[in-house]
Amino acid sequence: MSQSNTTMNLTMYRMSSWLKSPKPYLMFIGFGCVLSFWYFSVEVWKLPRFQDMPALTEVFEEWFSKDPYYGLSIYTPEYYKHIGISLRRIGYAFFLATALGVPLGLFLGWSQKLREYIFPLFELLRPIPVLAWVPLAIIIFSGSETPVIFLTFLASFFATTLNTMLGVESIDEEYSRAAYCLGASRWQTFIHVVVPGAMPFIFTGLQISIGVAWFSLVAGEMVSGQYGLGYIINTAYIMVQYSQIVIGMITLGIIGYVTSALVRVAGDYMMQWRVRELALGGD
Amino acid sequence: MSTVDKNNSMPTKGAIRIEDVVKIYDPEGTAVMAVDHCSIDIPAGEICMIVGPSGCGKTTLLNTIAGFHGLTSGHIYLDDEILCGPGKEKAEPGSDRIVVFQNGALFPWKTNLENIAFGPMMEGKLSKGEIYQKARKMMVDAGLEGTEDAYPGEVSSGLRRRVEIVRALMNEPKVLLFDEPYRALDSLTKSVMHEALLEIYYKNKVTIFFITHDLEEAIFLGHRLIIMSSRPCKPKKIVEVDIPHPRDYSVLTSPRFREIMNEAKSVVNEEARKAFEAGEKEG
Amino acid sequence: MNINKLKSNFSMRAAFRGLIAIIIFIAIWEFGARSLDLIGYRVPFIGLIPPPTAVLDSWAGLVVDPSYWQSWYMSFMRVFTGFLVAMVVGIPLGLYMAVNRTFYGIAFPSFEILRPIPPLAWVPASIIFWPTQEMSIAFVTFLGAFYTIVINVLGGAKSINRQYLQAAQSMGASQADIFRRIILPATLPSIVVGSAVGMGITWEVVVAAEMISGGGSGGAGGGLGFFIWSSYVGGSYEQIIVGMISIGIAGYISSELLRKLGGRFTPWLKTR
Repeated sequence: MSQSNTTMNLTMYRMSSWLKSPKPYLMFIGFGCVLSFWYFSVEVWKLPRFQDMPALTEVFEEWFSKDPYYGLSIYTPEYYKHIGISLRRIGYAFFLATALGVPLGLFLGWSQKLREYIFPLFELLRPIPVLAWVPLAIIIFSGSETPVIFLTFLASFFATTLNTMLGVESIDEEYSRAAYCLGASRWQTFIHVVVPGAMPFIFTGLQISIGVAWFSLVAGEMVSGQYGLGYIINTAYIMVQYSQIVIGMITLGIIGYVTSALVRVAGDYMMQWRVRELALGGD
Repeated sequence: MSTVDKNNSMPTKGAIRIEDVVKIYDPEGTAVMAVDHCSIDIPAGEICMIVGPSGCGKTTLLNTIAGFHGLTSGHIYLDDEILCGPGKEKAEPGSDRIVVFQNGALFPWKTNLENIAFGPMMEGKLSKGEIYQKARKMMVDAGLEGTEDAYPGEVSSGLRRRVEIVRALMNEPKVLLFDEPYRALDSLTKSVMHEALLEIYYKNKVTIFFITHDLEEAIFLGHRLIIMSSRPCKPKKIVEVDIPHPRDYSVLTSPRFREIMNEAKSVVNEEARKAFEAGEKEG
Repeated sequence: MNINKLKSNFSMRAAFRGLIAIIIFIAIWEFGARSLDLIGYRVPFIGLIPPPTAVLDSWAGLVVDPSYWQSWYMSFMRVFTGFLVAMVVGIPLGLYMAVNRTFYGIAFPSFEILRPIPPLAWVPASIIFWPTQEMSIAFVTFLGAFYTIVINVLGGAKSINRQYLQAAQSMGASQADIFRRIILPATLPSIVVGSAVGMGITWEVVVAAEMISGGGSGGAGGGLGFFIWSSYVGGSYEQIIVGMISIGIAGYISSELLRKLGGRFTPWLKTR
């Protein structure tokens, strides 16, 4: 359909104009600076502070070797097992948080009454850092999986609900007024105006939410739980396998970025109207 | 006496009577009087132009008729039935009085066609097929053919305004309330809009309550001008525009047009200067 | 900010309603926690935690204990130092990136690649690198706030209306002038917002770092995060909850302080 064609053409156009600009070269200069700083400080100049740090070459050798010294590289199934487990936990937590948080946020934003009842309680619980819940979570939930997922869920949930609620607040009042004029009931206005109108904010919130989810997941995995990327990092530290730490960190960075991008793409797909509006620069 | 054209059959519905309406914002606090004992009689089918300096309270009056907020005292009748008054200070918004907003309130997440079909779809009396058929026909009539599947964000603001008006007309309202709808358009687009609006008016004889600060627009479109004083607003002078309908752009250069312009201009300028000196923030 | 707008629509009725929900929450908690004693059946989940009354009891005892307040102090110190350093490094960096396109092109992609790595993942590397435990916690704390602040500064700078800049140029302002008088003030609201959010993240990181690095040797360690963890390990569950609530309050206080401070720098926002 013409819809997907437009998106494709736009993406192609954007990519080609990006490649022609100085941007990609600057980007690589930046990467180069960071990586060479790392390389030089550890391996060449051997700066005192950097003595025990894993070396760039060591890390990349390990990461890409077919028979890694410490057991984790892109060739070992173990590696993907850990990634998979972290992803699975994020999946449960994030989707549950979205399924509960978005409707709650929508209703809180829409109904003054509901907000007066629930928001104070919500705001009372929110400032408690998610990680402060760790011991309580361990006490309440049996096993080692559930507490970790619970913590991740909690962090995601607060972020999603709050952003959704703020999103509803930000919708121009004229849209709901127009709907009333045209004969819509309160409920119809909610479905046809509030929900679509809040979508952009909801998706921004979801991107924040998934970032927060990863944050909590890693903490949870480092403290309790087996397997997972946080677990790798922690274990690698304990077992003095420092190059693994870095592999874990880099993997986290990549996967975190990819999941965030997926959320953004999902948002773009659901809000075709916005993509097209923004592409044309509005009027 | 209004000078509504008597050749075409006049509607009997849509007469508005505003009786001694007062609106004070925040009566227990800052007590800003926006509308000061305003009384206006608008016969059915008249194009009534409300002219006045920015911030004088014209929008407040419109909002009270539309039912977005209540009045402090006075009555408003629609076809001799009370809309709002003591005991029922806030009217119900409804599809008999539809507003066309200043910045446009087309739903950006629906296509033009879906927007236009919105009112009847919410009402639910006709089938989806019938509604869409009628919507397409109205779009063709209004010269909007071909833009059905575009989103509002993809088309020009002039076109958006027309879509919004068609959206309103789908519900066969008695009254159309315009809140400076063409304020943000350039003057070339504006003249096209004016002629388009008149064309639509000749086909659907609704009562039009049109707020503007553009004198030329007011005299070109209206049967009558009601010139409001600066805040708090109160009708200061009523100017009859006895140029016969149907009108076209040649009217703009006619001598009678110039005469009416002179008559109205001095009053408007006086009020505008008062508002300027008072430093009012625009409503 | 919109949260403040919501909070200012205050009325007695609204306060009453909010209170009801909180009271019901506490009542359910109390009943559920004591369910084994009251009805002979332990309610799942809630039945395992200490009831509010026991928590208050414990808290009363802690309020007179100086080591409790010592924990407060340590956490607060860490939060504010890490946060301050993040502001000192992050705001200029963000502003420079906003102003200089080339620098942005070099620095931003690397920044964006590093950002998804959760600050906590840096803990082991940080411990290896920094000589003292205190510094490693401070570094991780700094990271947490740093990303948020930079992003917010960038966002604020990007959204400056170009016409402000053009107006200044046509009135003959120099580059330095434009920076000081237009870009800086215009970015301040975003900096303030970014700081408030960054503050929340900072607390998260501090608590986590304190829990993970444990009591530590050589006098470092402690803080409210550690307090919670050692309460858990030591079996005094009431203290866990006291710790949780304490951190919540501490976080709220620091955010409010920041908001008030930010408000002083941006008086024009109050007229919105």
